Amino acid sequence: MLSPAFLSKLRGILPAHCVLHEREDLAPFESDGLAAYRNVPDVVALPENEAQVAAILRLCHAEKIAVVARGAGTGLAAGALPIDGAVLLVLTKLKRIKSLDPLARTAVVEPGVRNLAISEAAAAHGLYYAPDPSSQIACSIGGNVAENSGGVHCLKYGLTVHNILKLRAWTIDGQLLEIGSDALDAPGYDLLALLTGSEGMLAVITEVTVKLLPRPERAQVVLAAFDDVAQAGAAVGNIIAAGVVPAGLEMMDRLAIEAAEAFVHAGYPMAEALLLCEVDGVNEEVSDDIRTVHDVLAASGATEIRTADSEEQRLKFWAGRKAAFPAVGRLAPDYYCMDGTIPRAQLPHVLQRIREMSAEFGLRVANVFHAGDGNLHPLILYDVNRPGELDQAETFGGRILELCVEVGGTITGEHGVGLEKIRQMCTQFAAPELARFHAVKAAFDPAGLLNPGKAVPELHRCAEWGAMHVHGGQLPHPELPRF
Amino acid sequence: MPDTIIERIRAAYAEETPLIIQGGGSKGFYGNADEGEVLSTHGLAGVVDYQPTELVLTACAGTPLAEIEALLDAHGQMLAFEPPHFGGNHFPHAGEGANDALRAPKPSNATLGGAVAAGLSGPRRPYAGAARDFVLGVRIVDGTGQPLRFGGQVIKNVAGYDVSRLMVGALGTLGVITEVSLKVLPRPAAETTLQFELDETAAIGRMNEWAGLPLPQSASAWHAGVLTLRLSGAASAVCAAQAKLGGEILPDGGAFWQRLRDHATPFFGTRPLWRLAVKSSTPPLRLGDAQWIEWGGALRWLASDLPAATLRAAAHAAGGHATLFYGAPPHAGAAANARFAALHDGVFAPLSPAMRTVQYALKQRFDPRGILNRGRMYPDF
Repeated sequence: MLSPAFLSKLRGILPAHCVLHEREDLAPFESDGLAAYRNVPDVVALPENEAQVAAILRLCHAEKIAVVARGAGTGLAAGALPIDGAVLLVLTKLKRIKSLDPLARTAVVEPGVRNLAISEAAAAHGLYYAPDPSSQIACSIGGNVAENSGGVHCLKYGLTVHNILKLRAWTIDGQLLEIGSDALDAPGYDLLALLTGSEGMLAVITEVTVKLLPRPERAQVVLAAFDDVAQAGAAVGNIIAAGVVPAGLEMMDRLAIEAAEAFVHAGYPMAEALLLCEVDGVNEEVSDDIRTVHDVLAASGATEIRTADSEEQRLKFWAGRKAAFPAVGRLAPDYYCMDGTIPRAQLPHVLQRIREMSAEFGLRVANVFHAGDGNLHPLILYDVNRPGELDQAETFGGRILELCVEVGGTITGEHGVGLEKIRQMCTQFAAPELARFHAVKAAFDPAGLLNPGKAVPELHRCAEWGAMHVHGGQLPHPELPRF
Repeated sequence: MPDTIIERIRAAYAEETPLIIQGGGSKGFYGNADEGEVLSTHGLAGVVDYQPTELVLTACAGTPLAEIEALLDAHGQMLAFEPPHFGGNHFPHAGEGANDALRAPKPSNATLGGAVAAGLSGPRRPYAGAARDFVLGVRIVDGTGQPLRFGGQVIKNVAGYDVSRLMVGALGTLGVITEVSLKVLPRPAAETTLQFELDETAAIGRMNEWAGLPLPQSASAWHAGVLTLRLSGAASAVCAAQAKLGGEILPDGGAFWQRLRDHATPFFGTRPLWRLAVKSSTPPLRLGDAQWIEWGGALRWLASDLPAATLRAAAHAAGGHATLFYGAPPHAGAAANARFAALHDGVFAPLSPAMRTVQYALKQRFDPRGILNRGRMYPDF
């Protein structure tokens, strides 16, 4: 519990309406997008400007109070889960687009600006902000930087780290770090890369300068059906080998296809696996690439290939993929979502192993993934009301992540570690690397006050944490498309 | 071979004796003077893994860049950040050659580890990304002799802090890089280089306007009244863009960009030579006529005797920073270079006190006794 003296100092910094401490006001902040983890915060601070952020950090540093930074709360790894005795620093009131420079193709935004709002503001100039996490209508840019968010298009356009130029960030002792520059590099160590994806552990961001790209002239999508998932997996590699870098390359297996079709009637052919391959760019190049992709898919054994010939059809092809998660949520009372990444060549092997494990555990799995960059989202179906199934699902999920590490991949491709995967960090990293992660944190935050206990496990305690559980299809903000 | 490196570093750590990390020696000129015994990565050579369909290559730090590029080329792929090689004696003597005709570069000894540690990128950088954008994972040995592995061989990976990218451009001061995994890209099917006669103001405007349009651009430069633009992509797309833009086709454009990348022109033999990284749309800096502009306007190479403070203030006002890229005249020796750099407040722009504090703290955590490339980046690092 925070002391009345501390709360009164906090009220000295912020206007009354920016400090929440009544239980009913705090409840909406008890979890982020991973609702299985809940903890009502002691106090929520909602600064309205940068000076207030700095003052809150200085106060917390002086009083040795921990700080958990939070944006829109759409994160999927409990990275913004409130911590007892800490201030939940919510940055959603910092939501101004401060400037947009169409000639230099940059925008300077506050951390609470929504991802999609940047592209909307840039649209008048034929520009957009490339990273497009599926929650982009709600997620904020500050959170994107904290998680190094990706999206469907990151194989071609990169992650958040590739699309930002500069940050204003504050250390816990209230020092301003101006990281990066308006140029394409900066002197000294690359702190821009280090801060991106640091999950609120190193500093609090109050301003982000993002790069804007010209809108591609044209985008077109091809859909291909396969009667064997291994063949579909091999087709992914063949497309890359043909010299095409697709803007998006997505795959779904039979269970996911059936669920999506039953839910949104996208007109998908029934098959063991479905590939969606989108190419974009200059008009002439898209025509060439579509032809190449078509030929490669045919040669790779696709049983059916359809090319969207209108924007309406393109969106329809995507509709099923985008609705895949809620669609799968209708198949069972609960599902558990994984987020591993593997080298693409391992796709057939990993899918086969997941199938074997599915039989072994007696739990169904729907596979939906960003095949282009090897980022898997297996959804394990279970029913929490059946004794033992929850434990089985968790064990199964853990085995999948360990399999990802075993074949040379990683436990998290885009959702972050947060609290959710902190145990698996021990599988992926050995003690010396974990020790250096702690050293990096200590270089910024020696007292360990920023988001303590998240992202990097204590060496002596690779504690068991749960994972993502969705009961009865009920996610927080169920209206948002995800993943 | 990594065992030898680990032993050398452990011994140096125990005795607190500094080491100078060296690959092919092609970038020894870059940075402030360092001190110590040479620790060569020469024996750490060879491609460890390369699967073209994964778009990922892993190689030991001492592998020659030229070998990696040849291997990628054979599979229709490339290092998209076009790392400069700066092969030995890449820059001609000052005053050599009356005009600015570009000269053929000499063979290079540049290594992968050196390219990543220097963190420099070539002409494709503003359109494709920087060295650090393509680094997926590294193996290093830190300043205590501890071997460490960060990142991996997959494109999407958000587990743990991004220490791999922190190593890019750290000039070896946080650890000796022993192995690197990189994302590679398909080589464009077609490339054409166009030239336009334009003054500096118009050229800067044009480069920025074009970059905001869906055109298949991959490099741009301006010098002495000529804007040069490279188009890369499908043959049909390059053709269409060329028809849209006009200009004169430069035969052998490939050689032009390679020479610019490696500073193989008389201009880059001028001393002192400054590298000003600025916001791309920055109008002409008016700091003298001896200038190459690259990167769509975001990089201005200046041959200038103006005081460091003047150049650093100009770069800062333009949203960026100034580096004393080549200090003393060629062949003046390391000691002369060091004196020269000291006169100019160091090679790299000084950090703000807050940035210095965290960066120094990082240095101390990875190299507590300051034995790796001591002084190379900042005098006390």
